[in-house]
Amino acid sequence: MAQLTYRESVSLAIAQAMRKDPKVFFIGEDVGAAGGVFKATVGLLDEFGKDRVMDTPISEQAILGAAMGAAMAGLRPIAEIMFSDFLAVCWDIVANQIAKTRYMSDGQINIPLVIRTANGGGSKFGAQHSQSLENWSMMIPGLKVVAPSSPGDVLGLMNSAVNDPDPVIFYEHKSLYASKEELESTELSIPLGQSNILHEGSDITIIGLALMAQRAKKAAIELKEKHNINAKVIDLRTLVPLDLQSIKSAINETGLAMTVEENPRLCGWGAEISSLITEHCFNNLKGPVTRLTTPHVPLPSADILEDNTIPSVDVIVQEVIKKVKGE
Amino acid sequence: MVDITNDDIGESNRLALWEMMLKLRLVEKKAYDLFLQNLIKGTSHLALGQEAIAGAFGVSLQEGDYTFCTYRGHAHTLARGSSIEGVLGELMGRQCGLMKGKGGSMHLTDVDKGVMGSYAIIGAHLTIANGTALASKYNNTKEVSVCFFGDGTTNIGAFHEALNMAQIWKLPIVFVCENNLYMEYTPIGEVTAVENPAADRASAYNMEKIIVDGNDADEMYRTAQAAIKKARDGDGPSLIEAKTYRHSGHSRADPGKYRPDEEVKDWMENKDPITNYRKRLLEFNIDEEIISEIENKVKEQVEEATEISKASAIPDVKEIFTDVWADGGYKWHN
Repeated sequence: MAQLTYRESVSLAIAQAMRKDPKVFFIGEDVGAAGGVFKATVGLLDEFGKDRVMDTPISEQAILGAAMGAAMAGLRPIAEIMFSDFLAVCWDIVANQIAKTRYMSDGQINIPLVIRTANGGGSKFGAQHSQSLENWSMMIPGLKVVAPSSPGDVLGLMNSAVNDPDPVIFYEHKSLYASKEELESTELSIPLGQSNILHEGSDITIIGLALMAQRAKKAAIELKEKHNINAKVIDLRTLVPLDLQSIKSAINETGLAMTVEENPRLCGWGAEISSLITEHCFNNLKGPVTRLTTPHVPLPSADILEDNTIPSVDVIVQEVIKKVKGE
Repeated sequence: MVDITNDDIGESNRLALWEMMLKLRLVEKKAYDLFLQNLIKGTSHLALGQEAIAGAFGVSLQEGDYTFCTYRGHAHTLARGSSIEGVLGELMGRQCGLMKGKGGSMHLTDVDKGVMGSYAIIGAHLTIANGTALASKYNNTKEVSVCFFGDGTTNIGAFHEALNMAQIWKLPIVFVCENNLYMEYTPIGEVTAVENPAADRASAYNMEKIIVDGNDADEMYRTAQAAIKKARDGDGPSLIEAKTYRHSGHSRADPGKYRPDEEVKDWMENKDPITNYRKRLLEFNIDEEIISEIENKVKEQVEEATEISKASAIPDVKEIFTDVWADGGYKWHN
């Protein structure tokens, strides 16, 4: 048994990958000597040295370009983009180059790399250091999209991501770094495309990701204890590949569905999930799919403003009650 | 005047350069003809007039070295030894194309020949080329990465990020700016703070200022050899600015009317790298018959490859659904 934080799981997962495969290296801003601005990569420089843990200048295009080129030459880079918001300054490398080069080259080029990035709100950092951007990468053919919600999932999904032959964007949630989990083993592997049921129930299916999956689980516990409502909670874990079969089974059982997303409303990942549910489960639905998102606004900074923008446990509970009671 | 008593290049290298440049010239001309016949769709960016640069690197690089080029990359791809029908077939959208029509003119890729792709978003491939160079350094192997780009690239951020990173990590890479004096339709001098858009920035990255006549194949050859050796010896990156001129417009859609007639005439008549190199070969007492034999051989090769491309089947429509992922498919859910 080992108790690990989400933050510790990140450095352990990277270390495990680097111990197993000398082709794996790690680059990013302040990742080595400083151990990462979220202290999620502490100890890696000491264990692996400067040749495999490289501090870079503030040059996001150069970081991801170098990772891409190295992957094309057979290495297995893990690159950090400090905040997911910064993906905007290197989006050409992500969306045009990393995502499309395998296809355009007719499969001549493989790009096995992992882009790790700190994602999501809760830290009152304001609109440019708090976004949840999984949907940006979900809509680009050629990118796999992972967003773990627990320390064990960080270990298991990073293991799969590093060994995956395709590019993976690995969204770590800032507000989960301090979360803890007792693990029977730290040697974990979770296939990409396999969702996880965090809470069983037959009245409604709540579908979440990362922090929102954990909040949905808390809401489900409260709904059962205080409101006699049994909610099934699915943590998608990965958006691409998507575990559509598990979503279908759950909706066909419960007949009601709700997505809980940390992104603004328009074109959030839940829109695609909602569309798939309508397409595949229409005859078993008892009502329309509900999407809980942030309002369609940039994320504000002050406590009361941010807290009221991101779906909270209370809001999830209230919305589920309305939904199940048919209000 | 040339000094034929002190020849550092030699007849066989000169003939290799001659054959290479001719191939690049004649294939580009053929590509233009095929456009006019509507056998090539989409866009194209010809490198007519700039053959000495790709040619010099083509004859200087070794198997295993990596090259990265831009959307103006037909010549650079051929220069690594890719087949002519592979290039023309890709432009024509045929199965014999290097990527079976999935990439097109702007994305020629031939990994077996070290052609790591042609990149159509300005600047990106400088950062990516650092990656293959980093891999060579990481693995302690001796490949050299070469990255070609135009003068317009020197004003985008990725250029500066890439040069800085290459220098701090002492990467085995050669950056080659082909300054053809026009950033698409705009004279580069009108939109650049320095006179020499690449070379005048070199000092900012602690690199040597290197300017070369990109239309003089011998000068290009010497410059390429030196920079490649420096990279292979582990002495770090180089930034070369090669002055050149494109004979045609920026792309298929551009007749190039913004350039003064006198300027175009001067470059076409007095500074053409191929016309001038033929004279150079004669000055070095190379038998005209040998020169002409090579010309005839290349012409035949281009004609033969054109016929192969024309006869090649169009791709199966199922190709749309292949190779998004390493498993060969495009499926994104279970």
